[in-house]
Amino acid sequence: MLSLTLKEVSQAFREGRISPTELCKKCLNRIQRTQHLNAFITVTQELSLKQAQQSEIRLSQGVPKGPLDGIPFAVKDNFCTENVKTTCASRMLKDYTPPYNATVVQKLLDQGAVLMGKTNMDEFAMGAGSVDGTFGPVRNPWSYAAPYRAQTGASSDSDWVVSGGSSGGSAVAVASLTSYLALGSDTGGSTRNPGALCGVVALKPSYGLLSRHGLIPLVNSMDVPGIITRSVSDGATVLGVLQGLDIRDSTTVPAPSSLTDLPEDFDIRNICVGIPKEYHAPGLSEETVVQWSRVADLFERAGARVEQVSLPHTQYSIVCYHVLCNTEVASNMARFDGLEYGHRSTMDSSTEVMYASTRHEGFNDVVRSRILSGNYFLLKQNYDNYFVKAQKVRRLITDDFRRVFTSGVDVLLTPTTLTDAARYLDFTQEDNRTRSAQEDVFTQPANMAGLPAVSLPVALSRRGLPIGLQLIGPALEDKKLLCVAQWVEQRVAFPSISDCGDIQESRKDTGMTEREQTSAV
Amino acid sequence: MAASCVVASELLQNTKQISMFFPKTSRFIRRISTSNLQCDKQHQLKTNSASQQLVGVVGLEIHAQINSNTKLFSGSPVRFSAPPNSLVSFLDASLPGTLPVLNRRCVEAAVMTGLALNCTINKKSLFDRKHYFYADLPAGYQITQQRRPIAVDGTLTYSFLSGKKRSQVIRKHVHVKQIQLEQDSGKSLHDDVRSQTLIDLNRAGVGLMELVMEPDMNCGEEAAAAVRELQLILQALGTCQGNMSEGQLRVDANVSVHRPGEPLGIRTEVKNLNSIRYLARAIDYEIQRQIGVVQRGETVQNETRAYDSKSGETVPMRDKEGLQDYRFMPEPNLPPLIVYEDDASLPSGIDPGQAVVVQEIKEGLPELPSVRRERLVQTYGLLPEHSFTLVNEDGLMEYFEEVMKGTRREPRKVIGWVTNELLGQLKQRDLSVSQSPISPAALAELLELQETGHISSSIAKQVYQEMWNSPGKTAAQTIQEQDLGLVSDVAQLHSICQKVVDSHPDEVCAIRSGNTKVLNKLMGLVQKETKGRADPVLVMDILKQKTS
Repeated sequence: MLSLTLKEVSQAFREGRISPTELCKKCLNRIQRTQHLNAFITVTQELSLKQAQQSEIRLSQGVPKGPLDGIPFAVKDNFCTENVKTTCASRMLKDYTPPYNATVVQKLLDQGAVLMGKTNMDEFAMGAGSVDGTFGPVRNPWSYAAPYRAQTGASSDSDWVVSGGSSGGSAVAVASLTSYLALGSDTGGSTRNPGALCGVVALKPSYGLLSRHGLIPLVNSMDVPGIITRSVSDGATVLGVLQGLDIRDSTTVPAPSSLTDLPEDFDIRNICVGIPKEYHAPGLSEETVVQWSRVADLFERAGARVEQVSLPHTQYSIVCYHVLCNTEVASNMARFDGLEYGHRSTMDSSTEVMYASTRHEGFNDVVRSRILSGNYFLLKQNYDNYFVKAQKVRRLITDDFRRVFTSGVDVLLTPTTLTDAARYLDFTQEDNRTRSAQEDVFTQPANMAGLPAVSLPVALSRRGLPIGLQLIGPALEDKKLLCVAQWVEQRVAFPSISDCGDIQESRKDTGMTEREQTSAV
Repeated sequence: MAASCVVASELLQNTKQISMFFPKTSRFIRRISTSNLQCDKQHQLKTNSASQQLVGVVGLEIHAQINSNTKLFSGSPVRFSAPPNSLVSFLDASLPGTLPVLNRRCVEAAVMTGLALNCTINKKSLFDRKHYFYADLPAGYQITQQRRPIAVDGTLTYSFLSGKKRSQVIRKHVHVKQIQLEQDSGKSLHDDVRSQTLIDLNRAGVGLMELVMEPDMNCGEEAAAAVRELQLILQALGTCQGNMSEGQLRVDANVSVHRPGEPLGIRTEVKNLNSIRYLARAIDYEIQRQIGVVQRGETVQNETRAYDSKSGETVPMRDKEGLQDYRFMPEPNLPPLIVYEDDASLPSGIDPGQAVVVQEIKEGLPELPSVRRERLVQTYGLLPEHSFTLVNEDGLMEYFEEVMKGTRREPRKVIGWVTNELLGQLKQRDLSVSQSPISPAALAELLELQETGHISSSIAKQVYQEMWNSPGKTAAQTIQEQDLGLVSDVAQLHSICQKVVDSHPDEVCAIRSGNTKVLNKLMGLVQKETKGRADPVLVMDILKQKTS
């Protein structure tokens, strides 16, 4: 039951095969038994059960609120949740409880979805491994699945691989079957990256389609709430619920279309798929290239047009991203001064001393170094050389995409990450900045241009770890993008983790039938 | 007056010195120092000393709190003197994840103000973040319009009274560089005893219009007149209540001195100017101080100075953090602010009720002070300086027009009562027009009694005085109680006149030989006899008869 898609669960509810309370308990139970993954910072057990009971009443009365009623979901800990701690995995907000819900959280609650808890991440979403948060690193559940164990012969606990990030906890919650959907945030790839490494579908919608109200910002001009699900179709369902204008976020736009179910028989022959040649980047694993080619071939054989395209400014994107990211970070972090909320240092000989020590104690090195460089870029004498230049390059990158899309290309097919997930011990050999530059290389251009992009798992690597590919579409063409993604999903036959001898947990839990286990494939 | 002005000008470098020389005339000196000295360039031309050619240059930065129900980017109510931190939304407290949502009323107020100041309204303007750490700035930055403000390039035309009797209206212009929308900060309250700083965020996020006025002014009086005119305009528009003591209008002055024709000198910024009077005094003090500095061969420091109203001096302020780099950057959460010229330029899909349309605002502009003055001159045949006083004193124009409704007396006669008698009494008692114990109707009644010949003008003044002494009593009541009504009994007047004529043969002689002016003396004696109650027209007739 736990490995079903949310559509299937919704169906199961209606058919009375399981009740929301039963399912909620199963999920809580599984969260309990997958604690070693460190996916959750806060588990909202009591609240979850209460919400599940209310959902159960509605379902029993035959008046469910919609397809998400009773569905367990998880939320990255940088979305505000009313009366539920929201920490951004930072000492600064360790005990912070917001008085309001983020719009996207509220919309899910309004649909009767059941909040399981708040998920782990890199501090303030700054990172690509979910290893740099104050609550410790997130572990990739595939580290404990049979394929990885078999391939690497690993048995010791030191061999586990990272979840990717910064929304690692959310991706793991969905991948480890404790939630059917999860909210991540995606600024440079923070939803797609862990989605790819954890073998789940990770959608970064068009900028402006989903409200950022209540999302504690990293880079306001790039942040988008991300949707993590087990299937593309589920992603579309959630997008349909979350999208649209929000008066509390002036950068939102009306949804171009109300998203109903994706067509099952999408005609791929009308589609032109672009393969950007610049995405053959240094460090790209051979296996990933193989998968990339395989899917390109799938398209071609099915009658889609596949073209090599050029996005000439791609190579400048990551540098430019860092300048823009750090400047907005420097600005956004200015509010954490220990006065109104959050951590406050006991050193208070003067207001300035209190500011300095509060911020020193509250932020980790990564956050502090980004604040420092961001402020440097914004200094009067540097502004034109860094910030303005980066904005100009950003425009060129956006224009690259626009040119390609107006030339007739419908979607771009690229890898999501350079390789499959790295071992924690290897990952932490490099510093956060280097890792972010490597990990975000394929994902951040879509943020720079505000485009919708989705990562979907296509295969397991020789190490037994998921490999994801990314599809990027034109702005506000999220639906078409998902149609293409679903078409790929239906053909790549990515295995469910529960089919892969999901050790430790699933063995005990597999009161599941064979049918249930395979249905997620 | 001109002579004392020259004397004073030589002494003005030190106000204490002046008050030693003129201990009892400090008020008089003040007026000279704020009005005639720097503004009147002729005085400077008379002297040959190079240092005397130094003139003050004044520019202004004005923060006007927008009169709106809610804040610039949040739905919190705006109210002065509410309990601390009772008007604070999540955004105002900078809770993480909150986003600014622009208040249309504030945009309309800025556009309206821009139009009233002849500005070009930017159809597209932008918001920026200005960063600095201060306890009453919760987000660590202020949202403002640094790169592209809502309105630019306007003019404020202002006037002030000059000349010996202050009857000459001088009209000047100051260039309005820009009007930008921005957030107000909260307030820090320092508790020195417990060495604590308490923060009140009620004001945090209230909409401000920052108006930047170019250094086109030369002295305190000009700056004061410009600010007063702006205040009147804002109040007429209703875009700002303009109360300086409540901080709704805050003025910082940039002051420098130079010799005309030479580049501008190094400027200081003078703050803490919470009334128009202090503004004028502070600027004039600062100009004199800088002239002194330059004359001593020293250099004016670029610094922020605060006006100390007790000593009448400006003193250096401890800068918050020395040299500030505000690290401006575009506000990423607000799209460009677009306003539309007219309904025709509204793109389809835009709800006209949500859009800001310049043409509509233009059509809704109320009567501005300059137009008001013109109308008063036209309608009532007043002198320009009277229209100036009527409009510049809060509520006085309304008072005057109300009086006019209740009397047939000529406007030119009424104006004296309003601008001299009434205003004089009010000023003496430190009252505003709205606090006047004598209502316009009561004054009208008094004037009407005079107009219809029930009382003489001297009795009218006496009754008026009585009305101040016992408020609430009508003119008619006073006249009756004190038997002040005009004596019109012809027989009685004849007998009094006869008595006067009989006892002043020389005067009668003079009149008879053609010097009719002497009649007035006899009239005065008759009035003295009747305590001013004799009907002057009748008395004149009788006296003429008796002296012919």
